[in-house]
Amino acid sequence: MTIIKRGFAALAAGALSTALAVPAFAEPVKFDFWFGLSGDLARVVDTLCKNFNESQKDYEVVCTSQGNYDATLQNTIAAFRAGKQPTVVQVYDVGTATMMLSGAYKPADKLMEENGYKIDYSDYFPGIARYYATSKGEMLSFPFNSSTALMYWNKDAFAKIGKTEAPKTWEDVGADLKALKDAGYECPMAINISANESWQLMEQFSALHNQPVATKNNGYDGLDARLEVNKTKFVQYVTDLKKWYDAGLIKIKSKDLGQDMVQAFATGTCQVILTSVGDHGTVGRTQKEGMNWDVAELPVYAGTERKNSLVGGASLWVLSGKSDAEYKGAAAFLNFIHDPKTALFWSTNTGYIPVTKSGFDFMKSNGFYDKAPYKGREVAIESLTASEPTEITRGVRLGNFTQIRAEFGTQMQAIFANKVSVQEGLDTLVKNGDAILERFQQTYPGKTLP
Amino acid sequence: MEKRVTFGRWTIGILFAVPQLFLIFTFFYWPAGQAVYWSLTLQQPWGGGNIWVGLDNFRSILANADYWNSITASMIFAGISTGLAMVIALVLAALTDRQLAGSWLYRVVLIWPYGIAAPALALAFRFILAPEAGFMAVVNKFWPGLWDPGLDGADAMASIIIAFSWKYVGYNFIFFLAAFQAIPRSLIEAAAMDGSGVIRRFWDIQFPLITPTIFFLLVINITESFQDSFGIVDIMTAGGPANATNLMVYKIYSDGFKGLDYSGAAAQSIILMLLIVALTIVQFRFIERRVHYR
Repeated sequence: MTIIKRGFAALAAGALSTALAVPAFAEPVKFDFWFGLSGDLARVVDTLCKNFNESQKDYEVVCTSQGNYDATLQNTIAAFRAGKQPTVVQVYDVGTATMMLSGAYKPADKLMEENGYKIDYSDYFPGIARYYATSKGEMLSFPFNSSTALMYWNKDAFAKIGKTEAPKTWEDVGADLKALKDAGYECPMAINISANESWQLMEQFSALHNQPVATKNNGYDGLDARLEVNKTKFVQYVTDLKKWYDAGLIKIKSKDLGQDMVQAFATGTCQVILTSVGDHGTVGRTQKEGMNWDVAELPVYAGTERKNSLVGGASLWVLSGKSDAEYKGAAAFLNFIHDPKTALFWSTNTGYIPVTKSGFDFMKSNGFYDKAPYKGREVAIESLTASEPTEITRGVRLGNFTQIRAEFGTQMQAIFANKVSVQEGLDTLVKNGDAILERFQQTYPGKTLP
Repeated sequence: MEKRVTFGRWTIGILFAVPQLFLIFTFFYWPAGQAVYWSLTLQQPWGGGNIWVGLDNFRSILANADYWNSITASMIFAGISTGLAMVIALVLAALTDRQLAGSWLYRVVLIWPYGIAAPALALAFRFILAPEAGFMAVVNKFWPGLWDPGLDGADAMASIIIAFSWKYVGYNFIFFLAAFQAIPRSLIEAAAMDGSGVIRRFWDIQFPLITPTIFFLLVINITESFQDSFGIVDIMTAGGPANATNLMVYKIYSDGFKGLDYSGAAAQSIILMLLIVALTIVQFRFIERRVHYR
């Protein structure tokens, strides 16, 4: 009997000591991070997550790729409606308006403050911060992967027509393309005209020329913003692009046709393309042996006072309805990503640019931009910081912008297939885009953008 | 005197039916009811709330020229691809049934296309029909600019019709071959002894006897061309160029999931459902009359 009693006592003591020992070996708090990158980029994100998990013992981030930006937003919405949302989610630039009205997030600046992290928001490049900030300047999400559009040009081809520098104005581009054609180049410049190219052809162009895409300062000042690209300089731009296309100076290249424009440029088939700095690495890795090429800022029309270009990419949102422990982890994770050393890792392994001045300076001091594969990427920073953002060049904040981009693709295709004139096509774009905006406004009665 | 097996109490019958009713309710009526409800409201995607708008969603969809364009495109797609898939499969099955040399091989091989998932076969066809890289590049070399699905809506429509028909030729072939083989040999042999040729035997004996199969496949093909076309359109054209291949089912997806307009997409799916129901009723009402069941 006493033996049994003693046994129990021993067991109890044992149990007690294990219970006391638990805090020392505490399981790290797990939280989810969903992102929309795939392939090479997804592997870099996975490494980033691993680095975070190894850098401390209290939290463990579980990073899951959802394939692409659209799917990430769709899956997050579905998960949120079912109460199973991730703690941190990567949402692309054009999803910002939708997120702001969702009521489903925890403001990033509040989160950091509550958890004792001091973030210097003025350290972000203004062009990047303003894109994601509210109209009052609060940061609801953290800029993550960022890029901007650049012109890629083939130095060898331009040397043949006696040029050593990239054209700076669209007038020069027109003349150079003609000269390239006369010099025997079949495809002087490649573009594509799907929804995706709304970014470099319409949004970046409008920002550089300080032209609005929509009223109400591109939607920043209210849900009743409506498109107005059918009466800005953009009309002339599309007219010129179409003219050059008809003259055989521009070819359309897309994956559906067999070769996308980045491949067309890297193989030396086409001599000029307009695309994201994020493709800088791809072109470098896949280029034809010995080809000389460089990047330059997107051209503007002669006599234009150049403004900053827009940031593209995605930001990190923290969703509501999570525990304090998970929020602590999320804050630590965001702080980790904010670190200049992470910026160096991130930009080296992807084509994305650093989002903070300190990150950029850290990379510069490390000689990042002096060496061959990365040289040229600083042009993206120059383009983004060409001016203080104006009311119009902060960004584009329109509801259901994905659908408006789709409409852009549709109308550009109609224009290039000679189904409608340039003005008719852009008028239809505005008309259909406005219907989308109106519907968005009706869906959120009485709500305003923060 | 007919012998009938009945349950003594009606409750037992109900009890046996309950599991089935429960499944149908959970997986069909409940989601369908939800779609009807959504189509009558404006839903905020994040679940923040909704407003009752009555039939406004339907009104704005039916007033939209793009939507009518989408209906027309779907009809053209359904008509041509069903016709192609059925005629080709019928001819192939008739030939295979004639026990020509190597017909055992065709019997196996021709079934394969149906086993390939739509996105995979769309990827293959995207390559085959790419104007610059694939098989069609050869055609474009001789007639520059002849084939351009990137800008020419008719070419893009032809691409998705070819891909879809290719898949359903395999499906239809199985059924046609089975139907041909169910016809008693003696009938055909008798006709042959009476001196009728291959074509004559086909039209007078085989074709009338397989009309039930033809009718079945017609209904299935048309229904599937409205629904199963999604993967092919998504990979090959994404609805372009200029909405030329924006079929109804693809428009529902892009408006609902990409555009987060759940209410508009719900209303469109209700319209699509009604359209398929109506088409099926028409087929049963007018075409089935000409079908001879044995």
